[in-house]
Amino acid sequence: MHPLAQANTQPLPLPQVDWRAIAPELALLVAGVVLLLVVAFWPRTGRTVLAGLTLAGLAVAAALTAWNWDLERVAFEGAVSLDGITRYARAALLAVGVLTTLMVAQGDAREGEPDDSPPEVYPLLLLALLGMVLLAAASDLLVVFIALEILSLSLYILAGETRRVAAQEAAMKYFLLGAFSSAFLLYGIALCYGATGTTNLLGIARASGDPTGDGTLLLAGVGLLAVGFLFKVSAVPFHMWTPDVYQGTPTPVAAFMAAATKVAGFAVFLRVFSGALGGLVVSWRPAVAAVAVVTMLLGAALAVVQTDLKRMLAYSSISHAGYLLIGVAAAATVPAAVSASMFYLLVYAFMVMGAFMVVQYVSRLGPPDDDAVRERSSLDDYRGLARRHPWAAGLLAVFMLALTGIPPLSGFWAKYYVFLSAIEAGLTWLVVVAVISSVISAFFYLRVLVVAYLQEPVGEAEAEAAPGRAPALGLALGLAGALTVLIGLAPEALISAARSAERILG
Amino acid sequence: MLLTATLFAPLVGALLVALVPAARQETARLVALAASLATLALAVVLAARFRTGDPGFQLGMTAEWVPAFGVSYRVGVDGVSLPLVLLTAVLTPLAIAGSWRMADRPRTYLGLLLVLETAMMGVFVSLDLFLFYVFWEAVLVPAYFLIGSFGGERRVYAAVKFFVYTLLGGLIMLVGIIALFWLHQEATGTPTFDYQALVDFEKAPSTQRWLFAAFFAAFAIKTPVWPFHTWLPDAYTEAPTTTTVLLAGVMSKLGVYGFLRFALPLFPDGARWAQPVLLILAVVGILYCALVATMQRDFKTLVAYSSVSHLGFIVLGIFAFNLQGLQGGVFYMVAHGLVIGGLFFVTGMLEERRGTRRIDEFGGLQQAVPRMAAVMLVITLGSVALPGLVGFVGEFLTLLGAFLENRVYAVLATVGVILGAVYLLWAYQRMWHGPLEREENRAIPDLNGREWAILAPLVAAIIVLGLFPRPVLERVEPSAQRVVEQTQAPSP
Repeated sequence: MHPLAQANTQPLPLPQVDWRAIAPELALLVAGVVLLLVVAFWPRTGRTVLAGLTLAGLAVAAALTAWNWDLERVAFEGAVSLDGITRYARAALLAVGVLTTLMVAQGDAREGEPDDSPPEVYPLLLLALLGMVLLAAASDLLVVFIALEILSLSLYILAGETRRVAAQEAAMKYFLLGAFSSAFLLYGIALCYGATGTTNLLGIARASGDPTGDGTLLLAGVGLLAVGFLFKVSAVPFHMWTPDVYQGTPTPVAAFMAAATKVAGFAVFLRVFSGALGGLVVSWRPAVAAVAVVTMLLGAALAVVQTDLKRMLAYSSISHAGYLLIGVAAAATVPAAVSASMFYLLVYAFMVMGAFMVVQYVSRLGPPDDDAVRERSSLDDYRGLARRHPWAAGLLAVFMLALTGIPPLSGFWAKYYVFLSAIEAGLTWLVVVAVISSVISAFFYLRVLVVAYLQEPVGEAEAEAAPGRAPALGLALGLAGALTVLIGLAPEALISAARSAERILG
Repeated sequence: MLLTATLFAPLVGALLVALVPAARQETARLVALAASLATLALAVVLAARFRTGDPGFQLGMTAEWVPAFGVSYRVGVDGVSLPLVLLTAVLTPLAIAGSWRMADRPRTYLGLLLVLETAMMGVFVSLDLFLFYVFWEAVLVPAYFLIGSFGGERRVYAAVKFFVYTLLGGLIMLVGIIALFWLHQEATGTPTFDYQALVDFEKAPSTQRWLFAAFFAAFAIKTPVWPFHTWLPDAYTEAPTTTTVLLAGVMSKLGVYGFLRFALPLFPDGARWAQPVLLILAVVGILYCALVATMQRDFKTLVAYSSVSHLGFIVLGIFAFNLQGLQGGVFYMVAHGLVIGGLFFVTGMLEERRGTRRIDEFGGLQQAVPRMAAVMLVITLGSVALPGLVGFVGEFLTLLGAFLENRVYAVLATVGVILGAVYLLWAYQRMWHGPLEREENRAIPDLNGREWAILAPLVAAIIVLGLFPRPVLERVEPSAQRVVEQTQAPSP
């Protein structure tokens, strides 16, 4: 019987509800809804209270993640699986959530100015995180799609959070292209279902090993799935939206997108491709490797010519997506590549968020008469930063050097681990390309340091506003900087934790 | 423990310097000088405890760092690394004393010098390939800021070129290190970056060739071996003079040390395979850079090219694969560090006085500053390798080694010795002899107490080690002999 017909005759299985398995997700959902209600009924609630509630929700979710740490099982009839990827991604995403909340709480506004970001940011942030952790845990393509939509819809609104024209434009662009990619993904899911008769990843894994199945249909589905994922992780040639969106949206949201979307996107990428579709590795590995090559090189090459730091960070994030794709390409045959990629994601999240925090810090220094339309993220705004704000410049240097991969900072170990696993998988040529790309990337990371350290401040520097008090941002910067340095000096604990992510449960 | 203390004393000093309030520059200087002198004292104790005649590694320490990757903190010294540790410990306090008058952010500058000292010393004492790589790359960061933040007009260009070029070499070496680690793990099942384990395990000759090539990329760029030297004249010329002292005196040894410590013992077959290429490149570098140096108008650039030319002798000695060549190579590293440091110090002192480094701006300086001229003469002759001075011992031994291996290279390199005498003595003649024509040169002051304190130890070392090279050579010999045996060992 044709698998489709067979599937139609089966009764829909009613899943057994496993509350414990999705406890962190539930906590995020409850916190998001509570905040939504607070914002709706008491619109005058201070942002400190909102931020506090958000942090409380994140803390509860983190506690539940810790409670579930040793849990390894497939729940909801195979729709959600708890394994190393899930818990590592949960921890990373919640940490990113805390840092983002601190950034949002600080806001872009300068001392004494009204903040124009709406209070809905907090519930949306929690809902986006809900989608992300769910995405990392999803082991059924339909759950993947639902999770992806939860996070995307929240991000579309977050991207246009302020009334600035650039943010609106970024949100619109992100929405249109994102909707397009969701359609691709959905079509891919449909084709996979058509070929295998199931949307469950374990089922697909079984079916893809079956020689009697419809190989062409499944491969077409796999290709479309890849397009959907590659869009979310902003790999070339689906990267066009990234620079515009990162530059246009408010800095905290850009940081959140750069860090968290990558974690969730690559978690699901790893689970689907190296887990469920591992049997087809010979078919998709060349394509993923090719995308990795163009993503690394094009991202790095285009970053070199940028004059705006946020745009440059966007291209740098594209380039980093390329390194992570090496991990994906290697992961199907080498389990260490899964842990390498998860470790990379965690480390990258802190580095890139830290870089955006410095952007936010410098944005607050704008001249008082400057209307809030223009963000100060042009490289010229960083001239002589080291003399005026040595701490901010020092942290910027830490993040840039870590992104370059200079030992003993955290980014170095991340790159090293991915390279190591790729060589183990026999992809040495990809590592050589990655090395070339790293050298190109050194140019633009260094250029930021050249501007901040080696150039004199421009004339208008005196007109700058006093930085004012920025306790939340200061705390976030301190955390990101300390993590980047400490993970660099003592990476052992996090690497061991990542090692447990190697076994993918469907 | 002692070695670890020596290694990290400068870093602790740098942190202390950073804690000094910005307004109290004098305190910052004193703290930096004290830290570097404490390092020197520890290094001297280290040398005193060193057992002469033992070819192996001594005074070491091992601790876990990242067991998940087989990375450990493993350090130790042998006869090859000990002289270089001492050289680093000697040159850094001198460089700090030389930067005493610096008005521009002295706290940052001295802190970076101390960080650079730890990073460079770390390269010399690491016995774990990964640790070695970490220190190797860590050198880049302080050096980049020192050149780019405090250098001359084209400093940004020079700093970025230096950083990117060296990073490229380092990353290629990293791929080689990972591959080596991986091969070892496959063969033995133990993941480790331990130097001794990786040396002992047998590698197929074809594998050795491309692994050697990967390490060659890093070491040839850092040394630099001609034609990978193009970053060097820019970096040396643009860097502030006391930084150049450390770059030319110590950092240029990292590459040749890498050849000697890692590339040769790890890949003897690969090294033998590459030997002709290395010898040719060394000889071409010696001659080419000597000719280019002859043409220079800026004395600092002249010394920079002379440094590349002289490093060619060290490469020549190392790749002769015999005791004379290797021992001479190590001795020449020390000699070169002392001499080139002296040359750059004097250049800096002249620049402080006159604001220029152009050779034709000077002339007849001997009449104005006779003591400085005398000191400079000793240093110049040391560099020219006058018998009885330190340069001669190194140059003689490396040429002897090369001669025993292949006469053609030795003869060609000897032409380089002559050229070296030509450009250095000609420059000396134009700057220090002749009539004192320019009025502004007449008024310049002679060496002051601080400058004596910097130059006197160097001059003393140049003379004493030139007359009595034995204390160094007898410590180097057993370790050099071991490298020779490792290199000559028949491949499996």
